[in-house]
Amino acid sequence: MSKAKPPPTYESPFQSELDEATFATAAEERVSVATQWQLMWWRFRKHRLAMISAFVIIAFYLVALFADFLAYADPHKTEAFRSLIAPQPIHFFDEGRFSPHVFALVGKRDPRTFKRVYEPDPTQKVALRFFAEGYAYKFLGLFKTNRHLIGVEDGNAEELIFLLGTDQLGRDLWSRMMVACRLSLMIGLAGVALSLVLGVLLGGISGLYGGAIDTLIQRLIEILRSIPTIPLWMGLAAAMPRDWGVVQVYFAITVILSLIGWTDLARVVRGRFLALREEDFVLAAELAGVGQMRIILRHMAPSFLSHIIAATTLALPNMIISETALSFLGLGLRPPAVSWGVLLQDAQNIQTVAISPWLLSAAIPVVIVILAFNFLGDGLRDAADPYG
Amino acid sequence: MLAYAIRRFLLALLTIWAISVLAFAIIQLPPGDYVTAYIAQLASSGVDVTPEFAENLRQQYGLDSPVWVQYLKWMEQISRGNFGRSLEWRAPVLDMIGDRLWLTMAVSLSAVLFTWALALPIGIYSAVRQYSIADYIFTFIGFIGLAVPSFLLALILMYVGFRYFGANIGGLFSPEYQLADWSPGKVWDLIKHLPLPAIILGMAGAAQLIRIMRANLLDELRKPYVITARAKGMSEFRLILKYPVRAALNPFVSTLGYLFPFIISGSIIVALVLSLPTIGPLLLRALVSQDMFLAGTIVLFLGIMTVIGTFISDILLMWIDPRIRFERRE
Repeated sequence: MSKAKPPPTYESPFQSELDEATFATAAEERVSVATQWQLMWWRFRKHRLAMISAFVIIAFYLVALFADFLAYADPHKTEAFRSLIAPQPIHFFDEGRFSPHVFALVGKRDPRTFKRVYEPDPTQKVALRFFAEGYAYKFLGLFKTNRHLIGVEDGNAEELIFLLGTDQLGRDLWSRMMVACRLSLMIGLAGVALSLVLGVLLGGISGLYGGAIDTLIQRLIEILRSIPTIPLWMGLAAAMPRDWGVVQVYFAITVILSLIGWTDLARVVRGRFLALREEDFVLAAELAGVGQMRIILRHMAPSFLSHIIAATTLALPNMIISETALSFLGLGLRPPAVSWGVLLQDAQNIQTVAISPWLLSAAIPVVIVILAFNFLGDGLRDAADPYG
Repeated sequence: MLAYAIRRFLLALLTIWAISVLAFAIIQLPPGDYVTAYIAQLASSGVDVTPEFAENLRQQYGLDSPVWVQYLKWMEQISRGNFGRSLEWRAPVLDMIGDRLWLTMAVSLSAVLFTWALALPIGIYSAVRQYSIADYIFTFIGFIGLAVPSFLLALILMYVGFRYFGANIGGLFSPEYQLADWSPGKVWDLIKHLPLPAIILGMAGAAQLIRIMRANLLDELRKPYVITARAKGMSEFRLILKYPVRAALNPFVSTLGYLFPFIISGSIIVALVLSLPTIGPLLLRALVSQDMFLAGTIVLFLGIMTVIGTFISDILLMWIDPRIRFERRE
């Protein structure tokens, strides 16, 4: 009964571990040859909330860039007749097929209060057109056009569409909100850019030279930080001459906000400087006779750049909140400038808000942007230290 | 230890001086001066003003001398308790500020207390039960608390209160106590009205503190001494509270220094939204009408209040953290 046995195949009991080991070595090898930025990117990618936030923020800046295209009504055009109209929902389907439309508003007199009230009339449908013509603007500041993402057939969207309602002067809130993104988001960038310059400069000097200069700058930071910011900003903002134009006020507000904002960044820079100064590779560079400037720029900067980027991202939401708060008080940007804070100014009075709650809608982008920047900053901070 | 306290005290004095310079700058910044404003006011009410009268006023207020002399004069006046007069209200600045300053302090202190009362238990809970559902919920609420600026929170709460409860929830007193003299009843009324502003103001700070407390306590809980104690059969409750929590408590005191300016800053805007009779609305009005002596004095007072708060927190920190106490001896 000799049956030919099949040749035994060699099956190692450790096969799976072996696979894992080869895999691990490959991964390790990948890690050991990766550049620092690659490592950071891999680590950042794992932080899901931060990734989502990054997309949200990019979307917001795109809105700021294409604000006029996304708006459909002239954000500065007032019309007493259209004061405080309630938001109007878009209906996407009409009898089963895709045809976005809104219900036309019919003005009536309230028989008791004689106030003019608007009610949607379901029988009159206003069809929305994509890439419709509307008010004229300069696309990205390059060329004149009057195309907008949505609009109506004959071009007078101001009178027919009110996606988020209107304010007391009859200006369309949706369009104003789009345009407001621009100033609100840019003032954050401008303020942070200025604080970054100050912070890196003073923090760098503080960390580099140490001794008396360090003490002096650290005390200065401590003093600045223990001053309550809002009263100080209010004082400085109120001292701005009344006849300044939008640009001047904008610039002044940026400077005022950076006055405190740089302290955080200076601390981060100084901390990194102090830590890196003790590193062996810096000593090696020094012994090799590399100049100080070159050590800072070529050897030290790459390893703390990521920390600075993270700290900068975390400083941005504070700038945005501060601008919103100042403008809300009427001390920041002033109309005709449009920012989220300026829009919220209309919501100062609780009676107004109770009757027309849509005036509060500018709060939503503020909260989303601040959350997104916080998550993004958190993710960047974790990623900034890929070996940690 | 004493050296540290003295160093902090000197720094506090330096800060107060810096704030006084800033406050003075705020008084000086707008074009024109006190006299131009005063004369414009007189002229608008129909009083004829001769140039000699204006010149006399200028000399009297020392406005014809260089800026630093004016600053010294201002300081000298202050040291004698004279903070100048409010242009708009035609009353001494001190009378204007009076009660409002104490109410601002009451609101700020209750906000700090609320921050702690909320952050301490939640922070401990979140760390001990890491990744539990409650931890996630608190984390989420914490992030919202961070992202919603306090004045927006106030607006939204006001709206909710007005819309769904039909009550105006602003203010610090019920109407019947508004103008009454201080009495136990009025104090009780104030205490009943304090929680809402305290919650609004404390929310962001509490959110931050919960995160710090959680992170610190998590670090602490992983240390070997905790495992040793657990292995020896110490009860979990005592185990956590006795040492790890104590070690993780630092941020509660050390953030007080930053919490205080933060809350006072926030209270200014929140007071406007909630129409609290604190110093905030007065400051805004003074700034808008360029009533600079009043505005400058308020900024000075707020600054001094913050510096005192920061100083106290420094001393407290030194008291609970030996690392700081012995820093200099090493």
